[in-house]
Amino acid sequence: MNLDYSRAELLVAVIARLLEGCRHVTVGASSPIPGAAALLRRDLTQGAMRVTILGSNRYNAYTNGGVETFDMAAQGRIDAFFLGGGQIDGQGNINLVGTGRYPASDVRWPGSFGSAYLYYLVPKVILFREEHTRRVLVPKVDFISSPGVSAPGVYRPGGPYGLLTGLAWFSFDKQKQRFRLESVHPGHSVEEIRDQTGFEFDCPDEVPFTSAPEPAILTLIRGRIRNEIAETYPRFASTFAN
Amino acid sequence: MNQQPICELAELAAAVPDGAVLVVAQDNCGVSMAATRELVRRGVRGLHLVCVPISGLQAEILIGAGAVATLETSAITLGEFGPAHRFIDALRKGRIRMLDATCPAIHAALQAGQKGLPFIPLRGLIESDLLASRPDWKVIDNPFSPGDPIAVLPAINPDIALFHAPLADRAGNVYIGRRRELLTMAHASKQTFVTVEAISEQNLFDDAKLAPGVVPAIYVSRIAVAKQGAWPVGLPEHYGADDAAISRYVHSAKTEEGFRRYLDEWLNVEEVTA
Repeated sequence: MNLDYSRAELLVAVIARLLEGCRHVTVGASSPIPGAAALLRRDLTQGAMRVTILGSNRYNAYTNGGVETFDMAAQGRIDAFFLGGGQIDGQGNINLVGTGRYPASDVRWPGSFGSAYLYYLVPKVILFREEHTRRVLVPKVDFISSPGVSAPGVYRPGGPYGLLTGLAWFSFDKQKQRFRLESVHPGHSVEEIRDQTGFEFDCPDEVPFTSAPEPAILTLIRGRIRNEIAETYPRFASTFAN
Repeated sequence: MNQQPICELAELAAAVPDGAVLVVAQDNCGVSMAATRELVRRGVRGLHLVCVPISGLQAEILIGAGAVATLETSAITLGEFGPAHRFIDALRKGRIRMLDATCPAIHAALQAGQKGLPFIPLRGLIESDLLASRPDWKVIDNPFSPGDPIAVLPAINPDIALFHAPLADRAGNVYIGRRRELLTMAHASKQTFVTVEAISEQNLFDDAKLAPGVVPAIYVSRIAVAKQGAWPVGLPEHYGADDAAISRYVHSAKTEEGFRRYLDEWLNVEEVTA
């Protein structure tokens, strides 16, 4: 299937739609696609939506050190954030630490970063992982860096809003503690999603394709957004757009 | 009597005792790779390394060199350069005690330390394996609003804070700009050691624009000049990372032998000319 946009451009456009209604979005380290998407949403709102990109100088107006992100999150000043994981399971648990028996993990990843806090406090956490395989999307994570849901009584204004991969978009139902397949990216199928997903999820009878980016959006991504994200991610900016 | 803070780099490194609780910052805050090299050169052992809130090459090299007994961090990452091989290898072989954390927990525990408090509560964490893996972290019921479980963390009061900064003055004041976690590190630690790019002949408090970004001399025990002292890591607003050098490190450190060869070479560099 020939598409006139790259996968990265599609993901940027999808995330920018998911950020509708946010007042302030923060993007963590090593997150060029969410960073570009947040800047796109910012442009579409004529700057009304604020963006903080950790690792950027231009898009980071914090003056109280690294702790300010977390203090802001605790006060409800961050509406959306992005988390990934080496493993993600069907209850939204994420593992950023490693596989096998902790601490002598078979595969060790860098660590949990701010996940064990921000996942609880930021209302709209978008799980984002391009790789969509059974290796990543597992029945049960080996180590819970942060749980997807909490017991009643645990202070938890935040949590998973959904999961975006290179193949599909799932929403997360906090009551059912399950993902629901909402759309499949053009060029892929529900069968492929089932084959590549290690956990069970809800699936309606008809699953639409993820909407392609509109021409005006693609123009923005390839022009202004590419320039804006280059300050933080120069190598990504030179390669991601068609 | 207080000693004069400005000293030679080797003297600064010699004042970090084996077994010290040493706190260091992440790459975008100012990492003293120059002092790290001196520590490795003098063969420091048994460090309890606390990373605020993560680390990269600095922790990776200290671990590879066998200097670290306990590692407390929210991540060790070399970013796009690839895996931190010596960190991963040390965990697999059980050579370090690992205290996995989450970024705000390290910030909060240092804030408790700077206030002289025994512990501090923190949101999040509950029902995670991160919490389960930390016997030193506990959950209590909110004493003001029962039925609200909340995690509590012991304060961190490091023996020594170590970082690299652009500028200091002869009185021992150090300019850090808006990297405020460095100030928290200094407040919470018994001593602060700093390497700097340059020494100003003017007192930093004489410049109203610099003064709000200064760590006052009262916290600072030792300062050594080390030009390009963060190399091969960068110093924001001054110089970038040496990508080629870091790539070469990551390639070399895949094996223990490769790491040793890299280390020998690194320790023998007389003056860094990045």
